[in-house]
Amino acid sequence: MNAPDMNAAVTAASNPPVLSAWAAIKAIAKRELSAYFESPVAYVFLVIYLLLAGFFTFTFGGFFERGEASLGAFFNWLPWLFLFLVPAVGMRLWAEEQRLGTLELLLTLPITTWQAILGKFLASWLFLGIALLLTFPVVLTVNVLGDPDNGVIAAGYVGAMLLAGAYLAIACMTSALSRNQVVSFILAVVLCLLLVLVGFAPVTDLLSRWFGPVVIEAIAAFSVVTHYDGFQKGVLDSRDLLYFLSVIFFSLFATGVIIRDRRAG
Amino acid sequence: MIKVEALTRSFGAKRAVDDISFEVARGEVLGFLGPNGAGKSTTMRMITGFIPPSGGKVSVCGFDVVDHPLEAKRRIGYLPESAPSYSDMSVIAFLNFAADMRGLRGDLRKQAIRRVVQTCHLDSVLGQTIDTLSKGFRHRTCLAQSIIHDPEVLILDEPTDGLDPNQKHEVRELIRTMGKTKAIIFSTHILEEVEAVCDRAIIIDRGRIVANGTPAELKAGAPSGRLEDFFRSITRSDTVQHAEAGAQA
Repeated sequence: MNAPDMNAAVTAASNPPVLSAWAAIKAIAKRELSAYFESPVAYVFLVIYLLLAGFFTFTFGGFFERGEASLGAFFNWLPWLFLFLVPAVGMRLWAEEQRLGTLELLLTLPITTWQAILGKFLASWLFLGIALLLTFPVVLTVNVLGDPDNGVIAAGYVGAMLLAGAYLAIACMTSALSRNQVVSFILAVVLCLLLVLVGFAPVTDLLSRWFGPVVIEAIAAFSVVTHYDGFQKGVLDSRDLLYFLSVIFFSLFATGVIIRDRRAG
Repeated sequence: MIKVEALTRSFGAKRAVDDISFEVARGEVLGFLGPNGAGKSTTMRMITGFIPPSGGKVSVCGFDVVDHPLEAKRRIGYLPESAPSYSDMSVIAFLNFAADMRGLRGDLRKQAIRRVVQTCHLDSVLGQTIDTLSKGFRHRTCLAQSIIHDPEVLILDEPTDGLDPNQKHEVRELIRTMGKTKAIIFSTHILEEVEAVCDRAIIIDRGRIVANGTPAELKAGAPSGRLEDFFRSITRSDTVQHAEAGAQA
């Protein structure tokens, strides 16, 4: 091998460049996002997502039978559709790093664990955002067929994005737990399902046989559905926003703790 | 440049690294020897800040790895054991990422990439996905990542493992050349490598340093004057360790 340039060595080494926190997050996110698109994963996911979203909207959702110009048929099914699709996007985030051994490279770079977690999370969230944006033909359709309230639709998309973020953060956390993507996927689905079910009408009805309305309401307050519904009615409530942001924050924080603990042995 | 003091690391009840101390100066190449499972990789992982020590201290260029991890990490280049890399990426994308993470921009970044591509002979595979490369190229891609920022300290965990004799020779030459201006620690199982490249070697066994000296000094420790005989006389094979553990149980 050729000898490296010694003059460059001395100047560069004595004062290594400092990477700002934002630059570090951006570099991580860029790599993560390109990892989706460099493998077939992204395209397979986008196609399946759009097919299923269309299928649910026009069959179970009763898009035409509703007789109203809204995206209710589309948004109603998202908590269930995302339940499987978002963990599929998030499961590789940390499990893959552990399996490949690249975690050792990543965590010996001059960045904090927080920056790595945030970079990865934001990249996947952005990817899910792209997937959501690609559903724009549904918006065009209702606008052609009728006269919908586009403000409600916008609020619906904000809610959908937050829902995706909450699921994703949970998948991020379970991904840190295992080097096996299947394990992390199943754990994430179960945890997200729990957050759906505690606010799901058939379940709350069942619980109301034993508990008073105060208890039911307290339990349902933990559900993503409860907070997601507000957005679908076109209401941007700061409490709903706070709920989703706290789920995201808590899960990412737990991710950090898990990663630290796994290294500490 | 690298200062390790009373470094200790336990996994559960087992002490993987037990009270290790040594220093490496600029311009020095330190060989790290020992049987499998002796604690070589664990020690290197603590120096690079990947895992925290249970006790003791590591400082790199005067920066404590636990208290000032970013300052220390900026000055370290690291080739982990088995040379991991993001297998879905192309070589050039991976090097770009490595340069980004080291804060290299613009011309500095172009120069750095050109330099490591030349040094590690990667010109012919730049556009290829790392997955599709032979082991030698994958290894050199990870090595390129470790020297892209021209670090003052290089930690190489078995840098010649799995390479063919020509590639081994090239990596040794590279270590020797870089060793003139950097502080380098590298681990190996190949004893001739130590004689060929190192200024000094440390042999560890079951987490403890059992020998520390120049290759010549170590060789003198065996009646036959061979490094291999000396190594075998002061370390124990894992079969012996298992037999003993069995006897104790």
